[in-house]
Amino acid sequence: MIHTRDLARTFTTKSGPVEAVRCLDLDVEAGELVAFLGPNGAGKSTTLRMLTTLLLPTSGSAVVAGRDVVADPRGVRRRIGYVGQGHAAGAGQYVGDELVNQGRLYGLGKAEARSRADELMAELELEGLDRREAAHLSGGQQRRLDIAMGLIHRPELLFLDEPSTGLDPHSRANLWAHIARLREAYATTIVLTTHYLDEADDVAERVIVIDHGSVIADGTPDELKGKVSGDLVLLETASEEDARAAAAVVEAVPSAHSVDTAGAAVRMRVERGDAVLPEVLRAVDARGLELRTVQVHRPSLDDVFLTLTGRSLRESDR
Amino acid sequence: MPLLRDTWLVFLRQLRPTLHNPVTGLGFSLLQPVLYLALFAPLLSGMPGAMGRNSLDWFVPGVLAMLALFGTSFAGFGLLPELRSGAHERLLAAPVSRVALLLGRVMRDIAILLVQSTAILLLVIPFGLRVSPLGAAAGLLVLLVMGVGLGTLSYMLAMSVKQEFVFPAILQTTTMPLILLSGILLPMELAPTWLYTLSRINPLSHVVDAERALFAGDFGDPSVLLGSGVALAVAVVALALGTRLMRRLAA
Repeated sequence: MIHTRDLARTFTTKSGPVEAVRCLDLDVEAGELVAFLGPNGAGKSTTLRMLTTLLLPTSGSAVVAGRDVVADPRGVRRRIGYVGQGHAAGAGQYVGDELVNQGRLYGLGKAEARSRADELMAELELEGLDRREAAHLSGGQQRRLDIAMGLIHRPELLFLDEPSTGLDPHSRANLWAHIARLREAYATTIVLTTHYLDEADDVAERVIVIDHGSVIADGTPDELKGKVSGDLVLLETASEEDARAAAAVVEAVPSAHSVDTAGAAVRMRVERGDAVLPEVLRAVDARGLELRTVQVHRPSLDDVFLTLTGRSLRESDR
Repeated sequence: MPLLRDTWLVFLRQLRPTLHNPVTGLGFSLLQPVLYLALFAPLLSGMPGAMGRNSLDWFVPGVLAMLALFGTSFAGFGLLPELRSGAHERLLAAPVSRVALLLGRVMRDIAILLVQSTAILLLVIPFGLRVSPLGAAAGLLVLLVMGVGLGTLSYMLAMSVKQEFVFPAILQTTTMPLILLSGILLPMELAPTWLYTLSRINPLSHVVDAERALFAGDFGDPSVLLGSGVALAVAVVALALGTRLMRRLAA
């Protein structure tokens, strides 16, 4: 569905050229649900804008839905749906009018555009809002309208740029439920960008981690987490002295590695934290050391990012 | 013809907010010319020359030119919120002719201008305006042609500055001298030579002269050819630049 080779985009700025995307090789097959994950400015949106013909690549090639983005942009546009970061309805426009007009712009006849608009309003919980000004909708409703507009022509491939940004947790969950349902019904290929880790983890079947304009990891969330060696175990002791003593004890546990202390806390990585914990606790107890708290963390996508780049995704977002 | 169909669809979309709210959409921009006619035109009646003899005959064509100037040159203002939100980008991602995205908007502004200027004419005729019907129709056509050019330039300006606080500042500084040097308010023949010369460089002054001749039914007046030519030239140059800009967006 998407095939790029050496795709690159350089922006000229006052402080010199900036390589927003470099040498991107990407293959997405029909039916996949892919998330581009990365900090702000990593090149996710630039990539998406090239794939949706909104931005010309500086070099390289991209074939989207069987059409070349440079040679046949109109062919690409006809086959894809695009939901951008901002709201897509115009000022003073009614919900129904914008949907019908969108359908007409994608080549649907009058009656077909009308029935398709009604269908989508029903599917996306927008019924009864036909004659409502789009600006008067709630945030969640506006986002669902944006998605309805992206789906009006039943595209085989849907691009979503930061679809859930600015929504409250309830609306976010609701949005994803809708997208999951639509995907099940129409087998649409979906490519989205997000900088929410939990979202990429929960929703995407394949996560492509992008940093500084290049792909640094690509796989299912579980595959990616497998790159981080083991669970994180945190032990909090009473003092720094105790922490050092506990660290020495823990070093002896066979599968433990990357043992480290920070103040009164001990951090370590183990293959399976839940299985190793009883042994760790017994050993620490046998030395007469007191533990205040114990935590086991399964690796998160943030740990993946940290392992790959040495930075936390949350920090690099600031 | 996808260009025609797309232009029509964009035109309809642009027209809708005005149809939902005709009073704010059409009424407020009519207020300025109406106020000029009610509170300024009577001042002219005491003046010597053509403008004093029948001040409405002299003043109305200029007021319509002013309406055309303001109505269309501020058109880009309506695009700014759509540039800031995702509405314009959404349209760019659709398989729509790029040129139609510009033309449809311009056509909508021209349609509004036609309705407004006809309304003004009908409003003023009972107060003693004497016009040649054919001349008035030709005069309106010239204004619409100029409006196509100014509207196109306005959208191009909006697309390049993008910022809501810069756009009106640029427009104020351009339209103010255009109005003052156009002879809409007082005849430029009263001006000192240097000011008169400046007014001749102003394309709008030629259009205003043409309007006055046309409304009087004086088709043979040399200003008619010159003013229509200027209006046409503005439109052709603007459309050529605008089409190029939109095609570049397509690439």
